[in-house]
Amino acid sequence: MSATRDRILARLRASQPAQPLPTPELDAHYAPRARGEGLHERVARFRAGIESFHAEVHFASETGWPALLGRLCADKGVGTLMYGADTPAGHQLEASAFHATVLRPWAGTLEEVKADLFHRVDAGFTQTLGAIAETGTLIVWPSEAEPRTLSLVPPIHFALLDARNIHPTFFDALRAGSWASGLPTNALLISGPSKTADIQQTLAYGAHGPKELVVIVINAEGEVQ
Amino acid sequence: MSAPHATSAAASSNRGDARPIAFVSAQALRERMHDAVNDPHLRKSFRGAMDFLMAKRAAQFPDESELESLRTLSEGIRQYSLSRLPDLLEQLEANLTRNGVQVHWAADADEANAIMLGIARRHAAKTIVKGKSMVSEEIEFNHAMHDAGVDALESDMGEYIVQLAGEKPSHIIMPAIHKTKEQIATLFAEKVPGVSYTDNVDTLIQIGRQVLREKFEQADIGLSGVNFAVAETGTLCLVENEGNGRMCTTVPRVHMAITGIEKVVEKLEHVAPLYSILTRSATGQAISTYFNMISGPRKPGEKDGPEEVHLILLDNGRSQAYADEQLRKTLQCIRCGACMNHCPVYTRIGGLAYGTTYPGPIGKIVSPHMMGLEQTHLLPTVSTLCGACGEVCPVRIPIPELLVRLRGEAQSKPHDNPVMVGQGAGYSPLASFVWRTWARIYARPGNYRMFSWLASRFRALTPSRQSGWTAARTPLTPAPRRLRDMVRDRQ
Repeated sequence: MSATRDRILARLRASQPAQPLPTPELDAHYAPRARGEGLHERVARFRAGIESFHAEVHFASETGWPALLGRLCADKGVGTLMYGADTPAGHQLEASAFHATVLRPWAGTLEEVKADLFHRVDAGFTQTLGAIAETGTLIVWPSEAEPRTLSLVPPIHFALLDARNIHPTFFDALRAGSWASGLPTNALLISGPSKTADIQQTLAYGAHGPKELVVIVINAEGEVQ
Repeated sequence: MSAPHATSAAASSNRGDARPIAFVSAQALRERMHDAVNDPHLRKSFRGAMDFLMAKRAAQFPDESELESLRTLSEGIRQYSLSRLPDLLEQLEANLTRNGVQVHWAADADEANAIMLGIARRHAAKTIVKGKSMVSEEIEFNHAMHDAGVDALESDMGEYIVQLAGEKPSHIIMPAIHKTKEQIATLFAEKVPGVSYTDNVDTLIQIGRQVLREKFEQADIGLSGVNFAVAETGTLCLVENEGNGRMCTTVPRVHMAITGIEKVVEKLEHVAPLYSILTRSATGQAISTYFNMISGPRKPGEKDGPEEVHLILLDNGRSQAYADEQLRKTLQCIRCGACMNHCPVYTRIGGLAYGTTYPGPIGKIVSPHMMGLEQTHLLPTVSTLCGACGEVCPVRIPIPELLVRLRGEAQSKPHDNPVMVGQGAGYSPLASFVWRTWARIYARPGNYRMFSWLASRFRALTPSRQSGWTAARTPLTPAPRRLRDMVRDRQ
């Protein structure tokens, strides 16, 4: 179909403006609206936002979160929790014992674990790259250690967030992390459990992805219980 | 109106599969609109839904200056991107190819379907599970696959409902907006094995979830649309709430994405403002549940994600719109649907009456490029030119201006080298004569004085039936005395 390609491009070129329009000035919109918030305000805004999307938010210390995760799993009746072993958080989990929940590290390819992931795993655990305060949004970059489906297929998604990585806006996160110079094969923004309002504008949670999203925030000074 | 007319906007509801978009004659379009306007049930559904969506959008923009600044920025990004469209498409192709994505180009629906059928055949695919994609509706993808013996299954809840009913989406964002929960409950009880009637929305959604999870797990290929394609990184961005888009682009071994050639932006940071204004304008959400950025297939060492990713870049009339500076603005669209949510005509006739894939104001300005003016010459007249669509458009497309332009293209005398296919398709020598005469009378004071004198003297001869005007109004009759005469008397 390269003839089609050349024809389309030639048609466009024939009517393309001789000079491109000026490059959009993004800073002119964002800079005057910067809030200059401290960590505490960013955590508060993130929390209010994501809770309005029906997610749960809990706070823990850098070492205490596995115990909290264990309690949350027991409360929610999670029989099997799947996680990526080869990550800093994964190593911390490996060293913990959950009395009511089987901790199962992801092993093999999706094709090898598909049936279990769809039918027998009750919850998935992932780290996050950070979050966005403005909208109450998690930033998740799946990896070899934490595949894409871990935050998608199981009915509950537990996410670990370091409060120091909460950015004011999506724009700030893109800039601060120089995303444009190296994106992973899949990058995600997640704001709450999956939902739909396709039947008579009535909001229902648990459409095709997780029914529950539970965020554990660490390093949020003053919030640790 | 008589009862048999009442549901004809959804008359194909007993078919297993919706009919492909075909020629909707001017007469048929008038009948469809007539029936829709006289269906109180349909009107109530749309009125309620549009009021709801307008209120939700308004709540997202409490700060007028922020909204206008964001609109200016978004319009600027879209216009800048279009001014460099061929360069950006080449850059996108180069970067996607480097990332391992296979890029295909299609001039029209047939080429796009042939490319995707070729991919399906190569993988001996039986089932394709689909995320929401209006471009796939535009090319009648489901039909093309059905005819070739491949199942194409919609997985967005609204699209799933519409496909189950054998209908078409009536809104580009909320496809099943014309259906009540009771209708959906009846539909599920009839069509989904083992399901009995329930109009509990949560239960209905869980039924859809169960049915479709099995499909995600088993499907050979996933199909999706694209909201933004980023040239500098070679990234496809998808906006969704349900998670079905992520399922379709993650679980099957092959992912095919299809998009119009206009959706490309240069820089990754350009998507930040566009994404924000898209969800806020569309459904009044601060952000959608998922923003899914795909930059390639599964890499060695990765455990999931498709092994093959394909992107189909579709023209289908877009390069025609691009060729004209004014019509090019049509391509700024980010498909939020705010124009239809605020349209008094759309609210009254619903999305199905138009007979085109894209309904409402945006449909009226984009369909003539896709289908040609022979089929669509009446569409730009299905408007009151109230201007609401232009006022809410997040990228400031001057929709009313474009509607007037398209009326001119459709109704002017056919000439050589037209800008649009089908130019002059709505030309009527009689109408043209009437307007020319009108212009001669109204543009010259002497002619106008004589005409108004004659009209007031012979007012008794005014016909009582005046075509469309008297269908719902009292006849127009000239006053017994002209304004000119009354003013003279007072002096």
